[in-house]
Amino acid sequence: MTAAAMTIAPAAAEPLLRVRDLKVGFSTGSGTLLAVRGIDLDVSRGGVLGIVGESGSGKSLSMLAALGLQARNAVVSGSVHFDSQQLVGRQRKHMRSLLGSRIGMIFQDPLSSLNPVMTVGDQIREVLFLHDRRLTGKGATARVLDLLELVAIPQADRRINQYPHEFSGGMRQRVMIAMAIANDPELLVADEPTTALDVTVQAQIMRMLRELKEKLGLALILITHDLGVVAGHADRVAVVYAGQVVEEAEVHDLFADPRHPYTRGLIASIPKLTATGSKLYSIPGAPPRLGAYPEGCAFHPRCIHAQDICRTTAPPTMAFGGHRSACHFADRLPPWDRGNEAERQGQNG
Amino acid sequence: MAMAIIRPKTMRRRLPSWVSPSFVIGGAVVLFWLFATLFPHWLSAFSPLDLAGRRLQPPSPDHLLGTDALGRDVFARTVYGARQSLPIAVLVVISAVLIGTAAGAIAGYRGGFVGAAIMRLVDITLSFPAILLAMAVAASLGPGLGNAAIAMVVVWWPIYARLVRAQVLEVREREHVEAAVAAGASDFRILTKHILPLCWTPVLISATMDLGQVILLGASLSFIGLGARPPTPEWGAMISDGTVYFYNWWIAFGAGMAILTIVLGFNFIGDGLRDYFDPRSSK
Amino acid sequence: MLNYIMRRAVAMPFILLGIVTLAFLLTTITKGDPLTAIVSERQMNNPEIVAAAKARWGLDRSLPERYVIYVANLVTGDMGTSFVTRRPVSRDIAARLPATLELVIAAMAIGSTTGILLGLLAAYYRDSVIDQTARLFSLFGSSVPIFWLGLALLFVFSVHYHLLPGPGRLDARLTPPPSLTGFMVVDTLLAGNPAAFKDALLHLILPSLVLGWTVAGSISRIVRANMLEIMEREFILTARAKGAGELRVVFRHALRNILVPVLTVLGYTFAYLITGAVLTEAVFGWPGIGSYAVIAARSLDFPAIIGVTIVGGMMFLITNLLTDIAYVFANPRVRLN
Repeated sequence: MTAAAMTIAPAAAEPLLRVRDLKVGFSTGSGTLLAVRGIDLDVSRGGVLGIVGESGSGKSLSMLAALGLQARNAVVSGSVHFDSQQLVGRQRKHMRSLLGSRIGMIFQDPLSSLNPVMTVGDQIREVLFLHDRRLTGKGATARVLDLLELVAIPQADRRINQYPHEFSGGMRQRVMIAMAIANDPELLVADEPTTALDVTVQAQIMRMLRELKEKLGLALILITHDLGVVAGHADRVAVVYAGQVVEEAEVHDLFADPRHPYTRGLIASIPKLTATGSKLYSIPGAPPRLGAYPEGCAFHPRCIHAQDICRTTAPPTMAFGGHRSACHFADRLPPWDRGNEAERQGQNG
Repeated sequence: MAMAIIRPKTMRRRLPSWVSPSFVIGGAVVLFWLFATLFPHWLSAFSPLDLAGRRLQPPSPDHLLGTDALGRDVFARTVYGARQSLPIAVLVVISAVLIGTAAGAIAGYRGGFVGAAIMRLVDITLSFPAILLAMAVAASLGPGLGNAAIAMVVVWWPIYARLVRAQVLEVREREHVEAAVAAGASDFRILTKHILPLCWTPVLISATMDLGQVILLGASLSFIGLGARPPTPEWGAMISDGTVYFYNWWIAFGAGMAILTIVLGFNFIGDGLRDYFDPRSSK
Repeated sequence: MLNYIMRRAVAMPFILLGIVTLAFLLTTITKGDPLTAIVSERQMNNPEIVAAAKARWGLDRSLPERYVIYVANLVTGDMGTSFVTRRPVSRDIAARLPATLELVIAAMAIGSTTGILLGLLAAYYRDSVIDQTARLFSLFGSSVPIFWLGLALLFVFSVHYHLLPGPGRLDARLTPPPSLTGFMVVDTLLAGNPAAFKDALLHLILPSLVLGWTVAGSISRIVRANMLEIMEREFILTARAKGAGELRVVFRHALRNILVPVLTVLGYTFAYLITGAVLTEAVFGWPGIGSYAVIAARSLDFPAIIGVTIVGGMMFLITNLLTDIAYVFANPRVRLN
């Protein structure tokens, strides 16, 4: 009775992807280098999670490791549940049956992400054949043409036999998207999908991702360094700094009332179209290198609110409803006012 | 963003960077053979040419590598063999480097008809399998180690000509050369003072490795019968003897090991040099 | 690129002429007296016989004359007559070339497969025991004197353990099959003689192994270096993210991307194989053009020496041209431009 109930019931509450205490380390000659230090994330079915952080924060690394795509010298621990199945420690063979079928991925630079010596058609066909042994050549080609049409690549029947270098940057990213959604995945992981593209093309690709999400009902993880992208497209946002989630909230809450100084700095540094003549703000200092994180709160060297405790003690995560922040002063930060933030930081820092 | 890029390097490094294991091993082996070249009588009590015992004796405490068909001590002949191979290899490589550098420098710096002619000659020479050309030259000069050496220089100089020309073409464009030209320095001075000193690294690495390859080629020519004449103790010729006395494996063993170790040694040193001068290439 | 190949093809006759000229000059302007190969020592004192021999072999003419005659004859396929066999050099070479090709092709097959596999393994398991072993294996192959390695393997496998036959292409007690292709392994099959086929195959093992080993090393080094670079590229991650297995990632995605450098090294390797074949044939009594060259060089048989040298140069040139053509097919970018 209870067993039967459990198999029927979990859908509503159970997220599609649940990551708990994910750690990624690299074994080096002088010990282990911890690059991702315990990340918790939830992605609901059909939801969009934005993961924001600077390069070297470990945001891409953690997602790749969660899906078993880490480098060979990486050590991964923690738990990752996809549709209630634990993924960490799974055999490669099992991971392979998920990747490319139920989980699709696209990456930053579509030129280097596509195999230069295979035709675009062959590359899409491959992902179809990999997960459907019974597929016929004709059936695959028909499906490829459908997919290319779905991602709005004109003259698909001609393009199918061309190589990646014959495509423009935006078209290449569409090919990557077609490949990622070829087997109707439930989850699409987009790692900086627009960073390498022209501004006009960026908007097209983002619009397409959103349309596809609606059409195919897939959940989306949007990994980016650009809070602006997240603001327009994500439901929830996780801000990653130095291998940890420092703040996580519904997108509206995050922008309305950021509870972490790092998030405040990031929001303040989004260029505002209305402000004319004002200098573009940026957080002082540089982000730490991957794995070489400061003691205590990793953000303290760049933080205007830092006290002694920040230098010695790692902050606990405080929760305000669905809003979590890992700052000693999350409940005591001054009221958020975007206009003043840059000014204040400018004076104190 | 690909995580494969993230690959922290080991920080430990106590020894100076040129002391790599391959450099040390190669150096030790080559030093041993250098010692054998200079003081063979310290390594072997027997003469390489005189009767030392009964014929075709297998290795024993008296004769570490046995005796050959004329009753000579194979170990002594192996040790004394270094006296043939090593100096000749050094001589051949130095001559090839000198001729090749001069030709390559002229072709690279002056270009024009002379440069084109030199490079065509280089192309044509390099379109022969090395050993066939060396055999043809050695045969027409007549057998003998000296002639074999000349043949090897003929085969080898174009390699350096090509190498140096490429270097010169690159260095010639640098600012300090243009400055020297503007200052009115003579072509000879520009080449020798400003260009060639910057070209020597790849030449040095290549020359070190080629020492081994020249020893191999020289031994090959002797093996064929175009190099050392009997009774000279030469490694290739000793292996050739081994093919006649097929069942007495020890006749060729020492010579084979000698060539193998010395060529390996030079390869190791060359590897070490390359790692030192161009760490990226070892990746 | 196609243009480039056309230019190369057009330039080939000129390079060939250069090869012929160089081979001719290097073997003629020297003090080695070809007469010693023709006339016996006793007869050297007899001026009439010497003069007759000179006239018979054209040695009484001036160098430029001889050069022009040689080149003119060469165009018709005539390479002169061997001092030793007293037969046309071109016939000698044509008869012996298939044996060399059989050896070189077998060695190339062995060397390239082991070299590529070893390079892939070494790159995939970088810095592991496998990688180090592969490195030693390749260093050994490029450092060992091939003629001694052949001798040592013959001693171990043939003399000591009787596992493999000794020198030669076929057991002397067997009747050789009619020569159709010149490839002993193929001819024995065509003749429907399984016993001879087996024997021919066993004879081929050691020499092709020895010869293949010497080139497997350099091939594996190039494959390793290029694989290391390719495996770091992002499309490898894409392939894994598609759910492709590691074998598929390596062979279908990575290997195809290093085809161009691998082809280059294979082409270069072929030239080295011709060099190695000379020595291998000498050790294994293999009746190819390599052992022919050795015999010719030992007996100062100049027409034969020049002939073999020119044929060797031609094989080298043709290989280079084929390598260039193969490039075009390996690289879609080049093919399309």
